[in-house]
Amino acid sequence: MMITKIFSVKGMHCATCVQTIEGALEDLEGVKSVNVNFSSETAKVEYDPSKLTDEQITSTVSSVGYQARVKEQKEENIVEKEEKQKELKTLLRKVFVGLGIGALLIWGTFPGLMETAPAILRNFYLQLIFATPVQFWVGWEFYRASIPALKNRTANMDVLVVLGTTVAYLYSAIVTLFPGFIEKAGIDPEPYFDVSVIIISLILLGRYLEARAKAGTSEAIKKLIGLQARTARVVRGKGKAGRVEVDIPIEEVKVGDIIRVRPGEKIPVDGVIVSGESSVDESMITGESIPVDKHIKDTVIGATINKSGTFLYKATKVGQDTMLSQIIKLVEEAQASRAPIQKIADLVSSYFVPAVLILAIVTFAVWYVFGPAPAVLYAILNTVAVLIIACPCAMGLATPTAIMVGTGRGAGMGILIKDAAGLETAHKIDTVVFDKTGTLTEGKPVVTDAIWTGPVGSSSRPTSSAGQPAGARRDTLRSRHPSSVRLLSLAASLEKGSEHSLAEAIVKHAEESNVPFGKVTGFKAHSGRGVEGKLGGRRYLFGNARLMEENKIDISLARPGLARLEGEGKTVMILAEGRNVLGLIAVADTIKDSAYEGVKTLQKMGLETVMITGDNERTARAMARKVGIKRVLSQVLPDQKESEVRKLQAEGKRVAMVGDGINDAPALAAADIGIAMGSGTDVAIESAGIVLVNRDLTSISRAIELSRKTMRTIKLNLFWAFAYNVLLIPVAMGVLYPFFGILLNPILASAAMASSSISVVANSLTLKRVKL
Amino acid sequence: MSTDKMVVIIGGFLSILFVFWFFLGKKRKSFKLEGSSVEITVDGGYSPEVISVSLGKTTQLNFTRVDPTDCLEELVLPDFKIKRTLPLNQKVAVEITPTKKGQFTYHCGMNMYHGRIIVE
Repeated sequence: MMITKIFSVKGMHCATCVQTIEGALEDLEGVKSVNVNFSSETAKVEYDPSKLTDEQITSTVSSVGYQARVKEQKEENIVEKEEKQKELKTLLRKVFVGLGIGALLIWGTFPGLMETAPAILRNFYLQLIFATPVQFWVGWEFYRASIPALKNRTANMDVLVVLGTTVAYLYSAIVTLFPGFIEKAGIDPEPYFDVSVIIISLILLGRYLEARAKAGTSEAIKKLIGLQARTARVVRGKGKAGRVEVDIPIEEVKVGDIIRVRPGEKIPVDGVIVSGESSVDESMITGESIPVDKHIKDTVIGATINKSGTFLYKATKVGQDTMLSQIIKLVEEAQASRAPIQKIADLVSSYFVPAVLILAIVTFAVWYVFGPAPAVLYAILNTVAVLIIACPCAMGLATPTAIMVGTGRGAGMGILIKDAAGLETAHKIDTVVFDKTGTLTEGKPVVTDAIWTGPVGSSSRPTSSAGQPAGARRDTLRSRHPSSVRLLSLAASLEKGSEHSLAEAIVKHAEESNVPFGKVTGFKAHSGRGVEGKLGGRRYLFGNARLMEENKIDISLARPGLARLEGEGKTVMILAEGRNVLGLIAVADTIKDSAYEGVKTLQKMGLETVMITGDNERTARAMARKVGIKRVLSQVLPDQKESEVRKLQAEGKRVAMVGDGINDAPALAAADIGIAMGSGTDVAIESAGIVLVNRDLTSISRAIELSRKTMRTIKLNLFWAFAYNVLLIPVAMGVLYPFFGILLNPILASAAMASSSISVVANSLTLKRVKL
Repeated sequence: MSTDKMVVIIGGFLSILFVFWFFLGKKRKSFKLEGSSVEITVDGGYSPEVISVSLGKTTQLNFTRVDPTDCLEELVLPDFKIKRTLPLNQKVAVEITPTKKGQFTYHCGMNMYHGRIIVE
């Protein structure tokens, strides 16, 4: 894949330098094109990053006598912004000129006002002189856009404005230059220069305001891009003597670089702390306002701010791979995607301008043939009104502007909406299914209990505990009683080959307790049930009650302990040797702080909440009770989660599935909308439509609320855009005239047209402030 | 009915036919992509307007905007989730790898100018 980068080049002083640099870079393998610009002191290089690095490009430029470095995105943005500002300034100047001349023309032509105007303003020739620069200089924007469009046989809004204002201007010019010709037709020779001038100026003013407002819709992306640090303090060299710290541009940071971050500084790229500790403000990425404490081995995110301590960290992700770059890419993609609701607007807008042209022709003909005298004047003015009032822009802006503001607002809160379709679906959701482990819980289970229930003598005899079967012993995990050591040793040995999070907890606990591990042969994992294997020639099974039942192992003696632990919401595994149960190991996961509130808020919004888990009914219910969930889907094997989601959909429910995006990817993909809790610095979770960067469960309700509010805004925008055109075009055609004698003044038509697209954009911008 | 009115009615009718033919009757020739990239000029629309590309093949669409119209400054390929700003007189490369067959439209920021990609 080719990429294009801009390098700033210093030291060029003539056109030969340009050729020298271009020649040197073109010779590099992997370079597709080079464009060196002498005036902007830049080299734009299109190259294959798998064959060539930035360093090779900069050193090649150095080898021919110049200095180059990768130009930062920010610099490019500044140039772009300045150019845009310049364009807007010119537009505003033209608006002022147009409106100033328009005011003079209205003073000289408007009945009631014209009597107070100096005689010179009532002079038609002077009006022609005033109106001409407005038509062709101020209004050049419209001609400039219409000519290539017409060459391409495409119709746009500018064609309508050009036709409308040119008709008014030409008619007025004919009246001024050849009044006798108009008089012969029985019409009072009165020009309408004010109409053409004011229309052009107002529409241009509308365009200026719209451009300003539209810039606000893309603020979120600009803000995200602006978060990026510009330099990094990298530790170079080895040994105390040879070690130096240098500030380098962020583009030159490589994976593996050790970077120092001091208090108050921005963390340049993603990485892992190798020395020191601090607290970091991650609010700009996750939306979480409380700083997060960071220690050795903790992950830090680029663009977040180091609050207190100094630390060194190792860069793990740079350039396009950093979390910030991924977020920017996701938001950009979402903003470029199409919401299904937009389809109707797309269809209408492709036929809109030709349809309006046809309606304008019909208006002219009908007024000319059936209208009152002077028919030609009525025909011209009403045709101009039809051409001017039609506003396809409002339809084109209705959906994308709201999507842009909505997705941008989400990104600011740590809610990444991956496409417009996802945003649209989320507002229809009526059921939220939570995966238990890692979603409602922290996903870091710990061993809480180890109970020996095996025959006395197979281990040293344990003491009995009240309420437990004979021979049973509940280990406090601190006593290191031989029975619990053996239980843990066998379980951990068996689980060593498993990748399950529960297995990890047991192995970790055994390692921390210095429990010996045995060599397991014939290891076999039973998905969602447990494991089996041979140790010292004996066959062991370790897993849930289902695994025991399937292997016809009698667990009746272990049942009381099993029931009590499961009632506490713990996941309990049974160890069996041959057909005998040896003991129970209970593992519990911490419920997330935000779980109860997150579930409750969703319920308040009228959504049904469901928990899905591989745990048995009793453990699942106990856990669900703690977070306030009533409906529980228990004993669901990992590969059955998808079908459980589909079963809910078959009940007519619109399902959002919340999971970690790794183990439950098929279920996330099957749901109407998949919501993944982001982990680490990876946010590009394929199966999810929404990714929550902050892992906060209250963000789910915020995401759904954001979707509801955005959809309401889009619907209002579309209604306004359609109703505006559907209602006002017939009024401009004069349908009210036979009944009420009402006609639409073309000047009012231009004011309405200019305000319609501004109102759509302004309505979208309200999403920035809505309460979520 | 007076002659001028007859002329207006006939002229109006012919004008409607003209508008219909001029804007909606345009035959959009499809540009069959042979290599892996295509140059598209942005000037009052997109030229070539219709491009045929192969399924699964990475294709580079090089857009060069020569028309200063604001509307054309933004390019949106919604089906490929791509949005780009097209600076005046600068080539902007957009890479797509179509994963399904069909016709996919792309357009300017306000959805006024359209182009089409046919994936075969």
